[in-house]
Amino acid sequence: MAEENGADFEQPASFAFDAESRAELDRHIAKYPTGKQASAVLPALYIVQRQMKRDTGSAWVPRAAMDEVARLLGMPPIRVYEVATFYTMFALRPIGTWHLQVCTTTPCWLRGSDDVTAACRKFTGIAGWGETSADGVFTMTEVECLGACVNAPVVQVNDDLYEDLDAERTTGLLEALKRGEPPKPGSMTGRQTSAPEGGPTTLTTLDNLGPPNPEPATPAE
Amino acid sequence: MAKVTVDGIEVEVPNGSTVLQACEAAGKEIPRFCYHERLSIAGNCRMCLVEIERAPKPVSSCSFPVADNMVVKTDSPMVRNGRRGVMEFLLINHPLDCPICDQGGECDLQDQALGYGMDHSRYKENKRAVKDKDLGPLVKTVMTRCIQCTRCIRFVSEVAGVPDLGATSRGENMEVGTYVERALGSELSGNIIDLCPVGALTSKPYAFTARPWELKKTDGIDVLDAVGTNIRIDSRGPEVLRILPRINNDVNEEWLGDKSRFFVDGLKRRRLDRPWVRRDGRLVPASWAEAFATIAQRLQGVPGERIGAVAGDLCDAESMLALKDLMAALGSANLDCRQDGARLDASRRDFYLFNSSIAGIEEADALLLVGSNPRHEAPVLNARIRKQWLHTNMPLGVIGPAADLTYAATTLGDGPGAISALLDGSHSFAPMLRDAKKPMIVVGQGALRRPDGAAVLAACWKLAAAFGGLSAGWHGFNVLHTAAARVGALDLGFVPGPGGRGFESMLGGRVDVLWLLGADEFDTARIGADTFVVYQGHHGDRGAARADVILPGAAFTEKPGTYVNMEGRVQRGLLAVYPPGQAREDWRIVRAFSEVIGRTLPYNDLPALRKRLEQANPVFARVGFLPRFGAGDESGPAGDPTAMSAAPLAPAVTNYYQTDAITRASPTMAACTEIYVAPTLQAAE
Repeated sequence: MAEENGADFEQPASFAFDAESRAELDRHIAKYPTGKQASAVLPALYIVQRQMKRDTGSAWVPRAAMDEVARLLGMPPIRVYEVATFYTMFALRPIGTWHLQVCTTTPCWLRGSDDVTAACRKFTGIAGWGETSADGVFTMTEVECLGACVNAPVVQVNDDLYEDLDAERTTGLLEALKRGEPPKPGSMTGRQTSAPEGGPTTLTTLDNLGPPNPEPATPAE
Repeated sequence: MAKVTVDGIEVEVPNGSTVLQACEAAGKEIPRFCYHERLSIAGNCRMCLVEIERAPKPVSSCSFPVADNMVVKTDSPMVRNGRRGVMEFLLINHPLDCPICDQGGECDLQDQALGYGMDHSRYKENKRAVKDKDLGPLVKTVMTRCIQCTRCIRFVSEVAGVPDLGATSRGENMEVGTYVERALGSELSGNIIDLCPVGALTSKPYAFTARPWELKKTDGIDVLDAVGTNIRIDSRGPEVLRILPRINNDVNEEWLGDKSRFFVDGLKRRRLDRPWVRRDGRLVPASWAEAFATIAQRLQGVPGERIGAVAGDLCDAESMLALKDLMAALGSANLDCRQDGARLDASRRDFYLFNSSIAGIEEADALLLVGSNPRHEAPVLNARIRKQWLHTNMPLGVIGPAADLTYAATTLGDGPGAISALLDGSHSFAPMLRDAKKPMIVVGQGALRRPDGAAVLAACWKLAAAFGGLSAGWHGFNVLHTAAARVGALDLGFVPGPGGRGFESMLGGRVDVLWLLGADEFDTARIGADTFVVYQGHHGDRGAARADVILPGAAFTEKPGTYVNMEGRVQRGLLAVYPPGQAREDWRIVRAFSEVIGRTLPYNDLPALRKRLEQANPVFARVGFLPRFGAGDESGPAGDPTAMSAAPLAPAVTNYYQTDAITRASPTMAACTEIYVAPTLQAAE
């Protein structure tokens, strides 16, 4: 997410890690040798984001939290700002309950991500990227490849991937989300991971064979 | 050593050098934007591409190490094509606003575009636009021009040690800035203007003032602190328009403090451009003849011991010598250059010099600051300490008020008690000093201005002696001065002669005539009400307000002058512009006055005066060059190390931006004071 400075929202004045976050952060800090605590900046920002989700329902990283991370890790605040603004995974402004991260990279686009995007826009009423719906439930972000091209097109909702979408299935997904009943992540057509649609197409005759790994045939003498 | 062939020229460079350094050794110029000798290597501008034999692609020479028998081509078709491509990419988003850009004429991008640019653009899309950042009153930003070389970011993080700048977001959206809007909190921030290869960072006070080709460039020496920074004074007609640093690796490398760079508007304000004489309690304009006659008349019948002279902090050696000679002719030994009351011992040169030398900081392996905040007293020198700390992580101790010095220093105590604790070995820092082979003890003016200054000075000398700081090969005793004229004055013996009065005992009416040569840094109310004050100087400041006669002198940009920096290096500045109005070079004023009272000084021109300077002290013959001495004699300066009081040390400089008459007249420095100093003073209250 780009520069979020001249903000139309309120930055909290302070941020403190709660016990749960602090324990997790300490676990990450302990991975690095003394003096290299700054290496834990990425997990630290994730922890912030998750704590914000728990506390406020919106997973974002306020500036006060970045300053707190800088203080804890002994690095200049600007170094934390650099990291937080570089990665699109950190939201630097409050977002909706469900963060729709729509992949529009070539494989998804070829498989119809335009339809998915349009369905999202129609359902949520969100006009542009990076915006939040009027009811504050959805935020839409355009993302690059999520690494699930075999099941394109893909939308990442908060931390989970929903695959094999089309306009209709997307609308269904959004309705479920809005009800607060997120479906099981993965392919929305019901196929197993990235197995062929409609069941196996190869090795179909192996059904009658015995158990796997039969004893090797004795070589001819 | 590695043997490298660059365009057929064979050179030998040390292993670990970069290809770019090898090319430079062969005399080949490599265009570059992000690479800078004094910063870490980034390798992101790609302009320094060269062809290396058997490498399939062009290589960025700044970040590629040499190998033995490497064959480099710096001007092959592949190289030229590659650089043209890089230039085309750089110009995609760079605005074509050279006609309204302050960098125009001294812009690296402009220069290189001439060599590698195309006459038209193939890019039809919109250019990127970036919001400008507010970096305070000194640095102006036009961030659309930024080519993201990151030199400024690396400078503030590495050299200045105030990591405020960074690159936020990425790709097309990457921006250089502070993210949270704020003024740069470094005393060296002006250097990023020099470092910026394009017009993204330019000087705010100098904006839209001049083009570089209109300027006359004069070599000068900065006098606003005691480092003796080598500067270039850029002037047009009668006006000094800007100050830039010159490279001198032994003194300032290529940096310049903000005060010394941005004070120039102070040279045009509150100037004394004609003589003034006080009549009936009011200063009225007068002619030179009237002014001289008034002084001559007042001097009549006054015995020598009732006349005194005080030299200020910005004086050149020539004028101080002329004044000293004049005082001698009047039979007075009442001289002093220590208007801040610093208890400096002038009896031996190494008692008041920065003996390790500024470049010598890079040999030190432990450093102790006593009553000094070099960040405010000598920011360029502070950058050198930081550099050595970064390279060696040497132990640093501070005795005095805790302050952010841009490096990790242990505060040993706020008063001289810590010196005693070090001396008897009871302090935990003592072993670190003892382990050091080349320890440095740096005494600041904050420690010497106190009534027990002489005791602190002697104690610090003892400290240097006790911890192996005084040997034939290393002199670890250092005095950090804040006044540019101080060392020169001490070298000339501008201190009370036999039976003469010092600064304090000239106040309170104990002399009848007091000649202030640019001396403004004290409370003039302490001068006795009946004392007749002659103020010779260039700015209407405290001294001029109290004066009975004002003799308008020249600021350091307006006269050729010799200055001795804190390490004892004699340097000369040249005249950049003429003094305003009827103001004159200071030594000429003194010489002219000596003629009026019939005690003509024996020099008519500058060469003759400089001969006399060499006569007065042979060090003045050694211009620019600084021989390093070890400590030959361990006997310390006068003063009883046990007589130190327990009072905490106070900083010598509370406001870095306003330390003298020129900077107090500068609106830019006033703006800096308001933004950088006022909040801290308020917080302290």
